[in-house]
Amino acid sequence: MKKEKLNFLIPKKEDNLGQWLIEQGISAGFPSPADDFKEIRISLDKELVKNEEATFYARVSGDSMQGAGLENGDLLIIDRSIEPLNNKIAVCFVDGEFTVKRIKIESKKLYLIPENKKYSPIEINEENELIIWGIVTYVIKKL
Amino acid sequence: MFALIDCNNFYASCERVFNPMLNKKPLVILSNNDGCVISRSNEAKALGVPMGAPAFKYQSVFKKNNIHIFSSNFPLYGDISNRIMNILSSFTPNIEIYSIDEAFLNFKGFDNYDLEKYCEKIKKRVLKWTGIPISIGVGPSKSLAKVANKICKKFPKKTHGVYIIDSNEKRIKALKWLEIENVWGIGFKNSKKLREIKVKNAYNFTSLNDNWVRKKMTVVGLKLKKELEGESILGLEEIRPQKKAIATTRSFENTITTFKNLEERISTFAICCAEKLRVQNSNCNSIYVFVKSNKFKKSEYQYRKGIVMATPFSTNSNVVISKYAVMGLGKIFKPGIKYKKAGVIITGITSDKSYQITLFENEKTKHKKLMKTIDFIQKKEGQNKIKLANQDLKKRWKMKQEKLSYNYTTKLNEIIKVK
Repeated sequence: MKKEKLNFLIPKKEDNLGQWLIEQGISAGFPSPADDFKEIRISLDKELVKNEEATFYARVSGDSMQGAGLENGDLLIIDRSIEPLNNKIAVCFVDGEFTVKRIKIESKKLYLIPENKKYSPIEINEENELIIWGIVTYVIKKL
Repeated sequence: MFALIDCNNFYASCERVFNPMLNKKPLVILSNNDGCVISRSNEAKALGVPMGAPAFKYQSVFKKNNIHIFSSNFPLYGDISNRIMNILSSFTPNIEIYSIDEAFLNFKGFDNYDLEKYCEKIKKRVLKWTGIPISIGVGPSKSLAKVANKICKKFPKKTHGVYIIDSNEKRIKALKWLEIENVWGIGFKNSKKLREIKVKNAYNFTSLNDNWVRKKMTVVGLKLKKELEGESILGLEEIRPQKKAIATTRSFENTITTFKNLEERISTFAICCAEKLRVQNSNCNSIYVFVKSNKFKKSEYQYRKGIVMATPFSTNSNVVISKYAVMGLGKIFKPGIKYKKAGVIITGITSDKSYQITLFENEKTKHKKLMKTIDFIQKKEGQNKIKLANQDLKKRWKMKQEKLSYNYTTKLNEIIKVK
């Protein structure tokens, strides 16, 4: 067998003519003094909706809760996960319609109290079919 | 242990949350274009309305029994489903969303928990937060969880919506109760085969010889047997595999007779499929197109035909998929037929990553860019803002949704009103 000679290829030495590339660039200005103090901008969504999965919205129609600041056309934020306790304002389904009223529990009786003298309280007894649908947590109104 | 959570009569229950007047009343939900029944309240089931009942045939039954009818409101159902799945995720890190109204939970490592109480808590929370009643079946394997869920549904009063198969006695009792046809994933062919050898219920099935099952029903059948025996074989599919087929099919409100009108529909269906492909970063290489006459009108000439069109290269371009779908239609279209239904089904789906370049014919590279631009614009400006010229440019085709309820959770001007 014929022996082959190995040729070694050696890189040629050259002067280093190149320059380092600084990809990010070097900015000459003064860095923003606020950079270390960045915060997330206020989000009403986060503030008003504590439980995304249980939050629904409703529109007020009528003036039965005027005294509590709920007026015709206002937007209600409703959280279904909150327990319906005495004095809470709740969206209820009673006698075939949705209504918003204050819950009152007095001597083992349940009342839905409007906050407008034009309307009278609703006493809940066995004949009414009542669903306490959710608790109102915020009212949004347009001025 | 695995749990299968299933929302009771999901679509009907969603409608009831925002319309509690419907509680305890019979109601049905119709499919797209108000074609047939796809969800029934228990009351409607009791009145004998079958699943899939064609709406026009049952018009008098609906009227006579005061059955409330709704068009399907998928924006609403989708939103409620998301809420429920998020609530379920807070109970275990391992969840498989199986369908719009079903999810598997893995209770691995929950040995110290009283599962009965835990499930009760899940059920209560979902009902309180979203208004949707659910059933929970628990068992040592996914298949047994499914069986337990069936028991919940069949005996709601006894189980109160939670049933746990946690002993061998319970397992055997459940399997003896479950008819072979109703075993999850058994299939029509296999259950027929099993009936022939006097296998009537799931318990009979588990008493068969392993080798026989493997021989006659492949390894899939054997896996099922093991699962029913209480061995967990199937794991959670936490990341859903890409869809193997994508389809858009519709029944028409009025029949279509001309090629031009049918071409418009087929092109629109094809583009709808192409959009779904791009959402999951996939391509396809074959397109099935079909047309059907109205099978309920026996007096009319009946015609049904489908054709598979292979594209020369993998694609997800509106232009190419529409072109081949319409070409397919050209081959199966027969004049003089009153077409009632048509559709496009896309198969041979491959992911963008495994895209194969062919030697002779490839997609024009500008298509990818064009589709990107179209998707971007439609995302910003709304669907169907850009169309191909063979699509209807006026809004002539609108889905028939005569009994549509409001989008109570996704449109601010459609939320409930309270007095």
